[in-house]
Formats: sequence, C-alpha cells, structure tokens
Amino acid sequence: MKMNGARILVEELIHQGVEVIFGYPGGAVLNIYDELYLASDRIRHVLSAHEQGAAHAADGYARASGKTGVVLATSGPGATNLVTGIANAYLDSVPMVAITGNVAVSSLGKDSFQEVDIVGITQPIVKHNFMVRDIKDLQQTIQEAFEIANDGRKGPVLIDIPKNVQAAEWEYDPDMKAPSVKKARKTSISSLDELLEMVKKAKRPFIYAGGGVIASGAEKEVLELSRRLDAAVGLSMMGLTSVPASYPLNLGMCGMHGQYASIMAQSQCDLLFAVGVRFSDRATGDLNEYTSKCMTVHIDIDRAEIGKNVSPDISMWGDVKMILQRILDVLPQCEHPDWLRQIEEYKSAEVLPPAKGFSPRAIIEEVNRHGDADTVVATDVGQHQMWTMQFYKFEKPQRLLTSGGLGTMGYGLGAAIGGCIANGRKRTVLFTGDGSFGMNLNEMATAVSQNLPLTIVVMNNDVLGMVRQWQTIFYDCHYSHTTLDRRTDFPALAAAFGAKGVSAHTMEELKKALDEADQSDGPVLIDCHIGMDEKVLPMIPPGRSARDMIVKG
Amino acid sequence: MEERFAVGLIVNNRFGVLDRIAGLYAKRCYNIDAISAGPTENPEYTRLTIVSTGDEYMKDQVVRQLYKLYDVKTVALLEQEHTLFAQHMFVKMHLTGTERGSSKHQVLELINEYGGKVVDFGEEHLTAEITGTKEKVDSFVEKIRKFGILELSSSGDIAIGIGWDNTLSVAPREAEEDQPEP
Repeated sequence: MKMNGARILVEELIHQGVEVIFGYPGGAVLNIYDELYLASDRIRHVLSAHEQGAAHAADGYARASGKTGVVLATSGPGATNLVTGIANAYLDSVPMVAITGNVAVSSLGKDSFQEVDIVGITQPIVKHNFMVRDIKDLQQTIQEAFEIANDGRKGPVLIDIPKNVQAAEWEYDPDMKAPSVKKARKTSISSLDELLEMVKKAKRPFIYAGGGVIASGAEKEVLELSRRLDAAVGLSMMGLTSVPASYPLNLGMCGMHGQYASIMAQSQCDLLFAVGVRFSDRATGDLNEYTSKCMTVHIDIDRAEIGKNVSPDISMWGDVKMILQRILDVLPQCEHPDWLRQIEEYKSAEVLPPAKGFSPRAIIEEVNRHGDADTVVATDVGQHQMWTMQFYKFEKPQRLLTSGGLGTMGYGLGAAIGGCIANGRKRTVLFTGDGSFGMNLNEMATAVSQNLPLTIVVMNNDVLGMVRQWQTIFYDCHYSHTTLDRRTDFPALAAAFGAKGVSAHTMEELKKALDEADQSDGPVLIDCHIGMDEKVLPMIPPGRSARDMIVKG
Repeated sequence: MEERFAVGLIVNNRFGVLDRIAGLYAKRCYNIDAISAGPTENPEYTRLTIVSTGDEYMKDQVVRQLYKLYDVKTVALLEQEHTLFAQHMFVKMHLTGTERGSSKHQVLELINEYGGKVVDFGEEHLTAEITGTKEKVDSFVEKIRKFGILELSSSGDIAIGIGWDNTLSVAPREAEEDQPEP
C-alpha cells in the first residue's frame, strides 16, 4: 500500500505495539502530527509542556511498563530539548525510540531555520541513531530502531526524519520483516566449575544486584540464588526493586548513601556475586578497597562492563536470567549461620534517623502506607531521592522511576506522568524537592490536561539540600547559591495550573492531604515543609570506603 | 604497560560512521595515533585501521566498546606477530643553495636505499614516495630531515592479518556466519 512517510511511521509504530507516544509538535513534524490526528483512535499522543518532559515521560513509561518508550519532537530546539532525556535513558539503559523531524534533505547542512545535526549531537548518548534520507529506508529503519533499543543492554535510539521524507510516498508493507541487526553475542558460562569451587570455599557470600536483573526479568532467580547461597543481598539504585523489601536477607541499597547493613555486609563479604551491575563510582567508592577482601563474580549482558571498573575473578556475560538459571541448575544448597548472625547484627544497628516529628522518614513512610505494592513511585534527584531509597519499601519490580546514572534534577514529574499512564492511570507518587521540582514544573500542565492522579510530595526545605549537605561536610559550611529564598507558594502554583495543592507542616496535615488525594482523580501537590539541615546518612564520602562511613550528622 | 597497538575494523559505509568511531575514542579518553580508512571489495563496507597507545585494560575496552556500535561489523585487535603493517608516505624535499647538487645526489641515494620512488621533481624540490613499516618510514624521515622537508603526507598504518586464520572478512565465511563477540 502506497502512503506518505509520516503515515508509514505511524503505521509502523502501531505495528511495533506502540500505544502511547509523548511529544510536542512543530514545523518539521507537521506531516507526522497530521497522521497522528487521523490515527488518533489507534495510537494515543500525550502532549507535554516541553520536549524534555516528553522524553522523561517516555522514559518513565518504559521503566514502568517494560515496553519501549517513544518520544516525538520537531527539529532544532525541539530536538535539542530531548538531549537530557535521551542521555538519562542511555545512562540507565532504558529502551526508548526518539523521533525527530528535520528540514528537507535539500536544506540540510545549510544552517536552515530550526536545523541542527541532532544525529551528531546525540551520537555519544544513544545506542545508535539514524538519519532517514530516503523514503525507501523508512519502514526498515523504524524496525531496526526498535530492535536495537531492546537488543542486549537496552537503551535509546534516535531516528531523524527530514520533512520531505515524511511527505514522500512509498510502499508500506505490513508483513515486512527487516533483516535482524542484532549483535551476535556469545554467552560465556565456561567458568561454571570454577564458580562452584569458589562458592564451596566462601563463608560470607553477598549478592549485589542491579538494573540488569530487572531488564532481564531475573528477579526470581536472584531470590533463589540468595536462598541457595545463604547470601545477603545488596542492591544498586537501578536494582532497588529487584528483590522485595520484605525479604529478610535484602539489606537495601549499597554505596554512597546505602544502608548501613548493606555497606557493612559488602565490605566484609568474602564472595561478591555481582549481577547486572556496572559498578558505578557512587556504588563502589574507593575501587582499591572495594573488592580487597573478597573474590568477585561479575555477570552482565554487556561484555564491556566486565573489567571496566572492577576486575572480577570470575566473569560471565550474556542474559542474566539465563546464566542464573544455568548456575542454579547445579548450585548446591549452602549454609552460613555465622554470617547470617553477623548480618542480623548489622541490621539491628540503629543507624537511620527515627521517624519522629515531620521528618523526611516519617513523610515517606506515611506515603508508603497510603499506597500499595503496585503503586508507581517516581523521584527527582537529591536528598529526597536518597531518602526514598532508604525508607520506601518496594515489593515489586518496575515500580520505581528514578534517575540513576545521569542524576537528572527535573526528571521526576515527566517520569511520573509516563509511569502513571503505563500503570493504567492508577494513583502515582512523585517525591521531589523544591529544587528539582522547580526545574520542570511546567509539566504540571500536562498532568492537569491528562487529569492524571499524581500525588506530588514536595520535600520543601528552601535549599538545594544535597549540595548544602556537601557544603556543610566538605566546604566549611559555605552555602554558595544553595539557599533558594524563592518564596514560591507551591499550593497556589498548583492551583494556578488547575491542580490541587495543600501545605503540610505536621503528620496530621500530611495524612489529611493524602486522604484527600485518594479521593481526587487528578494531580494533588503536597508541599511538605522540612528542615534545611536534614541530612542523608549514612554517607560514604566520594572515593572512600565503608571504613570512612559517616553515620551521625 | 603502555604500548602501541592497532585495531582493525569493518564498518558500514554510511554517513557519520567515522564520527561514531572517533567519538567513541574521544568520549572514553582513548587516544588515536593514526587512523586510516578505505574502501573494501564490497562498497557497503569500509575498512579502518586505528593505531593507539595504551595498556592491556585499554586494549580490551576499546575492542569491546567498539563492538557495541551498530555500524561496526567486525573489530579485532591486530596482534603484532600475526599482522602485516604498512604505511604509504609522500615527502617533498626542498633542495637548497650551493649544495643543491650534492644534496640531491644524497637524497636520491637515500630514496633508492629505502626502495622509494621519485614521483615529482623541479628546480628546487623533489617528491619521493616510500612504502613500508612505520619503523622504516620513520627512519627514512629521520635521515632525510636534514636536507629540508617541505611537506609530508602519510597514510598512517594500514594492516592485514597473516594467514587464513587472521582474516577480517567483509563477507562472513561459511563456517562462522556470526562474527563472534570479541
């Protein structure tokens, strides 16, 4: 069937199973928006306030659904506004297809109106990108983009489509199956015997699970591995939801702001079983110390991650779930009662601040009680994010949307919008700070026009809290440009956007606000006033080890 | 220990492919000492040889990271003992002053000694073409430097594996249809 390029794009998106795309129209994508208008009963478009918000929404949608997020933007500024969102997806290995329009092929390279080389700009932050110069290649390119976004370690792919290609006509073949562009990958589990020997000798095994576990759907296998090895489990931030918080051997997040028990167990283990992680500097601290006392096993789908930051004693690469299944097939039941006693001791150390008064912990635990295991929780970046990692009890994978690798302030609201849509428009929580929220709060407009049931908890301390914390500890309390003094009235702001907004200074006010939010079907903002000197503790200073952990403020 | 090493690549002959490869080197902080790119027997593919200096860690990382690029069909570390390397160089000499006659004679002798060819000459200049290993070409340049180099253009290393087993083919051979991950 002959059709124009814009229609080929829309048809192929539908064919790829895309139900929702996030985007913002403009001159170079008018043809595509015309086709979206005509196909509006078959594919939904969610209009954002800014392309960055649309990119974060596509990212949040992908994390919450496990599907590929799709974002659409016009050329020039539309395309450059996607950049942070694409980089965010790249650093956290989120499958995303970003589609941009561009000027006509004949105008390319002439600094035409709203022309940028978005393929060049995004090149270091995508798995791959395409400029479709010929309508003949369009359908195949879209298929390849979806395949690449999900091949091996997932990530973003960008397709740049010049305007004349959107208008040109070509044959659309609904049965077309483009030749696979998947990378040939060998699965290496040749060191299985060696691994079994190592396991036999180990007395203090520790599993460190990351986002790769969720990407591969290997949550059950990790749990079984923990039971079989009698090993405690620590998690990277990307892997935080891979093991239920209620599992007794789940010690929580490792790393700079990890849980005391998790940090201690990792530092004292004699076998570190790392699964689907990339050993980020925020997770390891001092690399020389990190694995100095243990043997290390590293399993990941990305061969380039093996040995990149940590040199393992045993490495296996390939699909994490498949490798864990092969290991579990032969792994004997181990018992380490002494080690588990030690773990219990670590767990019983009262290190975290109590949930007293209107503290961040009390706020998060109260919000946690109001939700259920299916509630999607998004965060922005900063102290509130770390408190969420410490105090929110996640029981299911894919329920946490947070910016890990890139640390993108302003990620949360867009992500919450995408996550809410992916989760059947059920009430979705966003924990944010007054700093992060200030970055992309324009997406309140999107939440209102989509009438999304978001509970937006602003941890408002009138400062850039995480930076302030570093200034307190490492910069002699020089609070350089972190005291905001903005006097923004968040509840009034929410009302101006057409949403509900309330202020909370006490737990009673918070409970009342959460009850009201439950009764509402739209976005509700709760402005929670907390102290500016609340800290995220424990903390391992950057580049240091468990030994240097700061426990008390 | 840092040493010179070369990577051989077969990549899609598409817009921006050099940008992707060079960009990967740049963003991962790997240096490029020399890069050469040229067509293969199949117009869909380009062959690259990239020479860098680095340690074992960098060698492993370069190859693994390059393999992740979707325009890269094949990538291999070219081991010195299994690879033939060669450079092609043009060098234009300035033949000067009263010694012109004698310097010309000496230059021609050197060119002959190195198996080179004179490809262009005039009253005051002479252009030679030299092919060979980096060591040979470098040593020629060192010897000729004193006569006055006007201009020099070198291809950087190109490389090919020695023997049947060390082959980077654009068409996967039947026995190994999938190029294995390095």
